Amino acid sequence: MKRVSAWVTYLQVAPLALIFLLFLVVPIATIIVVSFFDYNTTQIIPAFLLQNYEELLLSPVTWATYLQTIQFSIITWAITLVIGFAVAYFLAFEVRSTTWQMVLFLVCTIPFWTSNVIRMISWIPFLGRNGLANMTLMQLGLIREPLEFLLFSNFAVVLTYVHLYTLFMVVPIFNSMMRIDRSLLEAARDAGASSWQTLWTVIVPLCKPGIAIGSIFIVTIVMGDFVTVRMMSGGQSASVSLMMMNAMSLLQYPAAAANAVVLLLLVLFTVAAMMRLVDIRKEL
Amino acid sequence: MASNRKFGRRSVLKGTAGITGAAIGSGAITGFPVIWAQNNKNIVLRQCGTGVSAINEIAEKCKADLGITLQMTALDSDAVVQRVVTQPNSFDIGDIEYWMIKKVFPGGNLQAMDVKKIKLFDKIVPIFTTGKLKPDSVIAQGTAPSTVSFVEGQGSTKFAKSPTQWFTIVPTIYNADTLGIRPDLVGRKIENWKDILDPKFKGKTSILNIPSIGIMDAAMICESAGIVKYGDKGNMTKAEIDKTIDFLIKTKKDGQFRAFWKTFDESVNLMASGEVVIQSMWSPAVSAVRGKGVPCVYQPLKEGYRAWGGGLSLAKHLQGAQLDAAYDYINWYLSGWVGAFLNRQGYYSAVLETAKANMTPDEWGFWMEGKPAQGDIKNPQGQVVEKAGAVRDGGSFYERMGAVACWNAVMDEDRYMVQKWNSFIAA
Repeated sequence: MKRVSAWVTYLQVAPLALIFLLFLVVPIATIIVVSFFDYNTTQIIPAFLLQNYEELLLSPVTWATYLQTIQFSIITWAITLVIGFAVAYFLAFEVRSTTWQMVLFLVCTIPFWTSNVIRMISWIPFLGRNGLANMTLMQLGLIREPLEFLLFSNFAVVLTYVHLYTLFMVVPIFNSMMRIDRSLLEAARDAGASSWQTLWTVIVPLCKPGIAIGSIFIVTIVMGDFVTVRMMSGGQSASVSLMMMNAMSLLQYPAAAANAVVLLLLVLFTVAAMMRLVDIRKEL
Repeated sequence: MASNRKFGRRSVLKGTAGITGAAIGSGAITGFPVIWAQNNKNIVLRQCGTGVSAINEIAEKCKADLGITLQMTALDSDAVVQRVVTQPNSFDIGDIEYWMIKKVFPGGNLQAMDVKKIKLFDKIVPIFTTGKLKPDSVIAQGTAPSTVSFVEGQGSTKFAKSPTQWFTIVPTIYNADTLGIRPDLVGRKIENWKDILDPKFKGKTSILNIPSIGIMDAAMICESAGIVKYGDKGNMTKAEIDKTIDFLIKTKKDGQFRAFWKTFDESVNLMASGEVVIQSMWSPAVSAVRGKGVPCVYQPLKEGYRAWGGGLSLAKHLQGAQLDAAYDYINWYLSGWVGAFLNRQGYYSAVLETAKANMTPDEWGFWMEGKPAQGDIKNPQGQVVEKAGAVRDGGSFYERMGAVACWNAVMDEDRYMVQKWNSFIAA
């Protein structure tokens, strides 16, 4: 009897396990193996070399690029967290009727019905030297010369990230907030807490899992991005994934693989650190 | 059957050359190709290449004339190289550029073609065979087409120094590139590559971010400004690369560049919106900017042009009927209709006389001879691109292709160059 049930369990686990094995473990293992290969202009040569890692880690370009990417991640994370939390708070606590909550929540998702790339590119004519933003400011007499930093700059990159990804912060935080027992808030008020104290000592701690999940989304997406950086910085800034793109486009797969492994480790480390701060599973 | 077919092909070519001289356009040709269509109607050729030559009209016309179904995939140059090297069975015709040949041909996924099967081989512009546009021309720096046009024998991947029977690619499309400017916004005469460094244009310039091409534009600029003296711009030493990139980084830090573009449409938008007033550009991009009613000039410069060229190559796995069809396609490509189509876009075609037969004297005069247009000049889609009286920037074919300073190239220090280029973009 016991043997049969073990069988059934294995059978039930098998599909997911197989999918992970085929589409996660095998590809990552391949990337790790290739990262030690040698290469020349036309081909990759099986070998066991540390040269790819040496070239990568000893180059100041790599460090500068990683710093740049981490900087993008942190700034984007901080801004989306503040905006995301505020939006979720409004939806969860200020809007009383469930119907309106759902309607407004759906409104938040409407931009997601269009393509990511289109939402990104539409910033370009808006922010350009002769774009809407500059024209408006100049006609209002606020500025004399067009603001150059608006487009093809780190500002533009972060702005686009925030625009594209804030929803990933809103959704999990909103979800966490909806699960907070309202009587806790009443209890806090009865105990004499100000609304700031309630927010800080009751709501925020209870939203931690949502914040953590949103943060993982944002950080992993931004760290892995290359399109936004390339388009919005006008090719003026680099990101880690862009480095990989450049290497791959020149058939330098092993170099790109080594970079991918390093980035993977960095992201895993970041996510692990977040998980240590917040035990998501316990709180879900 | 096979001999019938050869007869058919030859007669069509002879026929079209004569007939189209009188009757311009496509009308006159349609009578003949029925013969071809019988043989090729089930043939599908998958062509992968850069966007520049993945033109739907060509695929449609090919279907109508030859019966061959062309499936075109347009990729950026780097992706083409990748595809040819890593997925040899995913394409039949590789539409590649000359600089790529050095990278992809030694990989062994392409087969050299027999020049005896190329009907108009003798008529191909000599840049691609002997390397000399005119007998007294000097071969330009970089990966000059003639240096990678031939291999030593069938199945060989070793490039021959002089013409042999085995051709690596058949040239289809090429041009001489220079800087594009906004004449209404630059406010001064632009004569040299170094003019892009003028402090007046701070934050209003751009160069392209495709390392193998961008480095050449950078070299033209550095040489013009007297920053670096190159032995061969197309094959720099490490020291030359260092100097060039260091200078670029300094220029970037000073805020001279507005952006670095990678695709055709980016370059058009940068120029049309006035984000930049002087930048590296491709000829059709200049037309596209003008098409929006924005003035734009493809400015000839004293130091000369940076040239590029592409052509059709055959995948290794092609054989039998498919291989025959591929040769049919190549012969058709050179037979005039496509040549005229490309010339009307501002590119150049490989066999000039057949293209000429498919163009009006006014079109030929404007695009190829540098003469003022007599009437409106239309692009292949029928839109007016130039009014009567206009003269092509840079003049005639011989003036432009005769002033090539270097060809797009792959360097021996390619790996090092790309690392340095990345540091420039990351700086």
